[in-house]
Amino acid sequence: MSPSVRLQEMIRVIRGARTQGEERGVIQRECAAIRAQFRQADNGTRSHNLAKLLYVHMLGYPAHFGQMECVRLIASPRYNEKRVGYLGAMMLLDEKQDASLLITNSIKNDLSHSSQYVQSLALCTLACMGSAEMCRDLAPEIDRLLRASNSYIKKKAALCAVHMVRKVPELGELFTPAARSLLSEKNHGVLHGAVVLITELCERNPDTLEQFRKVVPELVLMMKGLVMSGYSPEHNVAGISDPFLQVRILRLLRILGRNNDTASDAMNDLLAQVATNTDSSKTAGSAVLYETVLTVMDIKSESGLRVLAVNILGRFLLNNDRNIRYISMTSLQKIVQTDHNAVQRHRGTIVDCLKDQDASVKRRALELSLALVSAVNIRSLMKELLLFLSSCPPELRAHTTSGIFNAAERYAPSQRWHIDTILHVLTTAGGDVRDETVPNLIQLITTATELHCYTVHKLYRALITDISVQSLVQVACWCIGEYGDLLLRGECEETEPVQVTEDDVLDALETVLQSHMSSPATRGFALTATMKLSTRITHNVDRIRSIVSIYGSCIDVELQQRAVEYNALFKKYDHMRAAVLERMPVIDKSSPGHTNGESAGGTIKELEPTKLTQEIVFPQEPSNQVCDLLDLLGGSGEPFQPSPSLSSTAPGPASSTAGGDLLDLLGGLDVTPAPPSVTVYEKNGVTLKLQTDTQTDTGMTVTLTATNSTDGDITGLTLQAAVPKSVQLQMKAPSGDVIPAHGLGQVTQTVLLNNPNKVSLKIRVRVCYTSQSSVCQDTVQIDSFPSTAW
Amino acid sequence: MLRFLLLFSRQGKLRLQKWFTPVTEREKKKVIREMTLMVLARPPRSCNFLHWRDLKIVYKRYASLYFCCGLEDQDNELLTLEVLHRYVELLDKYFGNVCELDIIFNFEKAYFILDEFLMGGEILETSKTAVGIAMEEAETLQEVTPPPPPPPLTHTHGHLSLTHLPKYVNMFSVLFTDNGGVYE
Repeated sequence: MSPSVRLQEMIRVIRGARTQGEERGVIQRECAAIRAQFRQADNGTRSHNLAKLLYVHMLGYPAHFGQMECVRLIASPRYNEKRVGYLGAMMLLDEKQDASLLITNSIKNDLSHSSQYVQSLALCTLACMGSAEMCRDLAPEIDRLLRASNSYIKKKAALCAVHMVRKVPELGELFTPAARSLLSEKNHGVLHGAVVLITELCERNPDTLEQFRKVVPELVLMMKGLVMSGYSPEHNVAGISDPFLQVRILRLLRILGRNNDTASDAMNDLLAQVATNTDSSKTAGSAVLYETVLTVMDIKSESGLRVLAVNILGRFLLNNDRNIRYISMTSLQKIVQTDHNAVQRHRGTIVDCLKDQDASVKRRALELSLALVSAVNIRSLMKELLLFLSSCPPELRAHTTSGIFNAAERYAPSQRWHIDTILHVLTTAGGDVRDETVPNLIQLITTATELHCYTVHKLYRALITDISVQSLVQVACWCIGEYGDLLLRGECEETEPVQVTEDDVLDALETVLQSHMSSPATRGFALTATMKLSTRITHNVDRIRSIVSIYGSCIDVELQQRAVEYNALFKKYDHMRAAVLERMPVIDKSSPGHTNGESAGGTIKELEPTKLTQEIVFPQEPSNQVCDLLDLLGGSGEPFQPSPSLSSTAPGPASSTAGGDLLDLLGGLDVTPAPPSVTVYEKNGVTLKLQTDTQTDTGMTVTLTATNSTDGDITGLTLQAAVPKSVQLQMKAPSGDVIPAHGLGQVTQTVLLNNPNKVSLKIRVRVCYTSQSSVCQDTVQIDSFPSTAW
Repeated sequence: MLRFLLLFSRQGKLRLQKWFTPVTEREKKKVIREMTLMVLARPPRSCNFLHWRDLKIVYKRYASLYFCCGLEDQDNELLTLEVLHRYVELLDKYFGNVCELDIIFNFEKAYFILDEFLMGGEILETSKTAVGIAMEEAETLQEVTPPPPPPPLTHTHGHLSLTHLPKYVNMFSVLFTDNGGVYE
């Protein structure tokens, strides 16, 4: 009766358990029995118990109580117990466990055991989980075994040495002489180990690399022998003699030949021979060819050889086997920068691979296609990429769109083509584009002045077809708002004009405004576009006025704010409306921070007054008009009173999407991000938020915003602030002292701080208010500030 | 070098795990779970190579078992396919028409064979016959020092011989039809 039946029986019982709970029960009983057995004296079943424990461990259950048993078994004189003990050590112990140190001595003894199988157990375990200290301790032993033992032990000692060098690179010097001498062995296992060891030594130490360059001729001979040798039953795999050893030798040659002409020359012939003679109908041959190609491309090879290598990759591309196509594309990706023209020749096949079923192959083909885009092939390649985009898997879409945009930007043959391409991408995959696409596209459109008519026509058509793609809708709304007059004129050179009335256009914009699919940012775009049309159309201004006033009571605070201001523009400031809503000049993409039209030439930019940051620049306008505009906010007489210094704590996601902020259209990517606000006090439904804005080196503006979520108004709100001694404090007048209920309004107060000594800033705020006829007073200390102030 | 080698069934049950670098238990579980999810989600005739974190993953299905290993950047994926195939051949030679059950019930033997073939993440022996010879000699060594007879069984079940168990599909024979017959 074989002793391991008991193990197999336990396995059977565990597998017979019908539920997870039953299995756990069985395993708990077994583990208890095993633990009991471990505590007993040696009764000959220890190895079986440990084996059972290892099975349980593989199922995922804890088995740490077996660690000491591993140590004991390793020290046992019996081979079968040692064997299981070492297996347990490899599975349960690693260098982080303390118990692993205890086996160092056993390993040391076993390395000099009389039986080579015991030695091999020790070597194997050492190579698997030997820690740095163990490696340092036992390195001389390994060196001894590398020199004087039989080939069975030599090959294992070689790989053990590899592990040691990886763990403790200084040991490399110790093993270098032995490694050199191993190359003259005949046994393939030893040769393979020697080549791996030399590769590792050369990779870590440039001096050793120099030393080993001398063995290149020897390696070349070895390789030739393998390639030209006849059939060897022991090592033959699909007609290739020992492909494993061949690949390793090629890899070592690659390292030795890199950046070195003499070494590269010495291996040129060999590489050509391997490349031409290896039969690649099966995977083994392809593996060798693949490694050869990698070596050729990496060393200083002749141009003829490089062409041969690229042709091999091209042949791989046409192979039926997907793996081989994948491999060839990976390699082509590596060399596309250096040998661009050579890879261009295979562009057709690569583009065909875009249509492959396999996702990995598709991904590789996409990356390679994007790398192959050039001014010459941009039109045809873009067609293929756009086709790919319509059917590509979702995980690749974002990458594809950004790749297409990059390529279009670099190589666009004409502006119209560029705009068409971007529009095509937005229609196909608008949901997967980057946020910057909208402002980038808008900037592009403004620069293409001759194409305004064409663009607005195209976008209008796209808008009436589908309003679900937010980025496209945003751009379309902006264009219609800006160039609506061209649309209404009903004539266009580049494309067939649409015959629309003003009502049609306003209908389209209103659909966007009212649709549930539109994000708040998009609705902002639509509202502003509607407003802009008021100066560009003649008959339906009243309709616009009514739309704008309806949105004056919209729940979305951002929209409400806009509507209110536009309303004011109609009422009080009608004389300025035309100037404010004039056509925008071309946006200069490269100038930084043009949040307010520093690039403008004298016209007032279309302002979104609440978005004014402190760096306002008003070119050449009389100051009273400027102040009037600012007054727009204070004098509007609405319950909602934002203060001028309220930097963009725009409610909702409007500020986070790049397109939602009108100012972003001017600046594109360079608008300073809204400083974060921190809730510092929250009690009785009153919330106090703090926001910082660093203006100068020592000066800082802090804005306190109070909101009220209770059912009744909060009255008599006062805020008092105290700061450390060296800091100067100036509190501006609050915007009010009544906070409306239900979060319908807020009160803000600005505090100017001057910190000339740059001490660590703390501020203590006392809040007093009356809520539901009871007076409340609270003090809050704020020690850390949300912005990166100092 | 190989970072790890995993064998798991179609249902995601782990049959063998070999780690060639020190990894915590938690990390091991995480890797196993991710590998299983990734590999089992692949459609039948797809490419055998994947990219995961900074490693290349090579997997191959033999009958009901998936062999999956993680490689470093410099390693040759096609050669690793051959490595996996060689391991299956070695198992087949040792067990005689190996199937998943053999690996389940004799997992320690599967580990011993693996340890004769790979070490420290590298190939140890490239000869087809040498591994088998080493295993035989080790077995004889094991029998030379027989352990004392085990004490009477404490289980309630009686002995059951393995012949009662149904044999699953032979792993090796399916090689010929799997993946479009890539191998001879």
